[in-house]
Amino acid sequence: MSTSTVPADNSFQLSQLWRDARYRSYTIQIIALVVALSVVMMLIGNAVENLEALGKDFNFGFLFEPAGYDIGQRLVEYTSASGHWKAALVGLLNTLLVAFLACLAATVIGVFVGVLRLSNNWVISRLMAVYIEGVRNVPLLLQILAWYAVFIHVFPKPKQAEPLLGGALVATNRGFYIPGFTYEGAYLAVVAVFLASIAGIFIFRSWAKKRQEETGQILPVGLYSLGLLIVPTAIVYFIAGMPIGLEFPTLKGFNYVGGTKAGTPLIALWFALSIYSAAFVAEIVRAGIMAISKGQTEAAYALGLRPQRTMSLVVLPQSLRIIIPPMISNYLNITKNSSLAIAVGYMDLTGTLGGITLNQTGREMECMLLLMATYLVISLTISAVMNYYNESVKLKGR
Amino acid sequence: MSETNFAFVATSDKPQLPAPKGTTGAIGWVRENLFSSPMNTFLTLLSLFVVYSTVPGLVNWAFVNSVWNANSLDECRALTENGACWGVVRERYHQFLFGFYPSELYWRPILAFALLFVALVPALWDGMPKRGLALMGSMTFPFVAFWLIWGGFGLEPVSSTQLGGLLLTMIIGVSGISFSLPIGIVLALSRSSNLPIVKSLAVIFIEFIRGVPLITLLFVAHVLLNYFLPKGVNFDIVLRVVIMVTLFASAYMAEVIRGGLAALPKGQYEAADALGLGYWQSMRLIILPQALKISIPGIVNTFIGLFKDTTLVLIIGLMDPLGLVAPTLADQRWNGIVVELYAFIAFMFFIFCFAMSRYSMYLERKLHTGHR
Repeated sequence: MSTSTVPADNSFQLSQLWRDARYRSYTIQIIALVVALSVVMMLIGNAVENLEALGKDFNFGFLFEPAGYDIGQRLVEYTSASGHWKAALVGLLNTLLVAFLACLAATVIGVFVGVLRLSNNWVISRLMAVYIEGVRNVPLLLQILAWYAVFIHVFPKPKQAEPLLGGALVATNRGFYIPGFTYEGAYLAVVAVFLASIAGIFIFRSWAKKRQEETGQILPVGLYSLGLLIVPTAIVYFIAGMPIGLEFPTLKGFNYVGGTKAGTPLIALWFALSIYSAAFVAEIVRAGIMAISKGQTEAAYALGLRPQRTMSLVVLPQSLRIIIPPMISNYLNITKNSSLAIAVGYMDLTGTLGGITLNQTGREMECMLLLMATYLVISLTISAVMNYYNESVKLKGR
Repeated sequence: MSETNFAFVATSDKPQLPAPKGTTGAIGWVRENLFSSPMNTFLTLLSLFVVYSTVPGLVNWAFVNSVWNANSLDECRALTENGACWGVVRERYHQFLFGFYPSELYWRPILAFALLFVALVPALWDGMPKRGLALMGSMTFPFVAFWLIWGGFGLEPVSSTQLGGLLLTMIIGVSGISFSLPIGIVLALSRSSNLPIVKSLAVIFIEFIRGVPLITLLFVAHVLLNYFLPKGVNFDIVLRVVIMVTLFASAYMAEVIRGGLAALPKGQYEAADALGLGYWQSMRLIILPQALKISIPGIVNTFIGLFKDTTLVLIIGLMDPLGLVAPTLADQRWNGIVVELYAFIAFMFFIFCFAMSRYSMYLERKLHTGHR
């Protein structure tokens, strides 16, 4: 680097831009930049020109006009008089809701299936292989539509539906009804105490871990955490006069009212997404466990660790390092795949902003831009979390 | 040493006893694999119960009690209580294969499909004589297939609105697969190059595409692409969808291949440099053959994903097999026959995807030459 053997050459020739390794990288990059910029400029120029020709402008004012359509499944207050932005927000929350539920269910089912797939039991491992291959090789959209058809045809009308679990669950062809919370009085205090005790558990655990590392004494962390989770909240709950209650769904006329309703589209989508993604999770888990060499388990046994501690202290930490990155990109896929909700009429972000709002206002450009930007933000956030985690568990100094 | 002190000296081995009963053969295997512990026994019985309660019913429904010779759902239900009505498949299978393609021209897509396999031979059979020349021939396949399917130049033209069914799936899937691989390689090389501008352009493209669902890209193809094109230029909807699906798949492909590039030991790059090879030479001769080999499972998984994702075109109104379900149900005679249709379509996709995944496993085994 410091001493150059090339004699100082003052006569710069144009061909050096391409022939000389010192300049070539700049040439390539400048060409790439110019090409990319001109393509982008051309696209934008065309868009501006075409919008003008159609007499359309580009602004987001339409978001504050009343939406004029109803959304059955919603997590926040919304009426048809609310603005389009509110409809989009309802959609966004619905996307996040179904994605979260599906990630949770897929993880539980997937870990279960993945472990059973590795079992020595021939019958069960074959059965799991059939499930994994069968589900993975059929398009998700088909599965969503099929589950939707199943839920509509198999479950009875609300009038004929039998409440299950003592009225806590009513399964009808319009959706599932579960008890909902009712809030009154000083419910905020209860919620605040509950959140505080969760924070307390984390602090307690890290303190207990530090103490164990320093003194070697082990506290019954699980028991204490459980107590910390329940006792303070329960005390405040009763002192405040039970401000949070449960409301059961009841049949009124032709439909159930009260409680929380999860409409058939949500249930079908959740089912299909979970069952489909669980097959992928199972394969990830299987690969992760298989990647840990048997010597690790044997070494742990030789050190005198019990099987449970071997699993939690030796095998799991190592296989998690392999499992977590593909797992999180799988969660990303679930979130993106939840956009297929539009096929069964579940009002997620694509259904509201990219569907009805787009069709009603005719503002394709603005709607699509917002829609893509929102998904991009969700994805990049999850990616960032993934990279952060990856960095923190990566083998150091490889 | 006296030889008479011993009462008995064995001069040969005793005959070997057979293994204890119940540890070998079928019984032993069953004991060890299925009933080795209470938990295992429970799982075995549970799964046997699951198999028992689903498989016979399914076989009865699909084969034993099923009806092929019925021209409407009512007619079929009169013939069987709990069997599948495959009559709808018998009557409409050509629609699920070709969409609304004119039936007297079916030979054209069939010929194109057959030519696809001819074109694939040089790519899949590495011992082929004159492979380079044959590969050049394969390169012309897309144009020949385009000509055969859409017509023109002496053939009767067929419009895109008439395309549908498995034909449409194959058009989108095959072109997506064949174009996304080269684009993906270029993107992967750009992203792992040390030219900052090239690298960041690739990163922006890849992360953008991977960050949005395919369905939004299809919406863009459907409603937005016209805005971005010069006035008067208008692509066919199928072509627009193919472009979007290709871009989508190539971003995923790029990430898979980048994984392969990163997994190669650094020594390979240094060895290529030490041999005095230039960038392109070292990539072509040393790095890419190994990196692509490592990434084969991921590449095929991307292909399978792409093939499955072609069903999404139904949302923008194209008539892929799944999109043909609604028109079929709109026919009074077949109103309500969802299960059979979904089962048939699922079976169609399963065959293709399963075959691809098996082929990738075979390739993986074949190419596994010991080192990474």
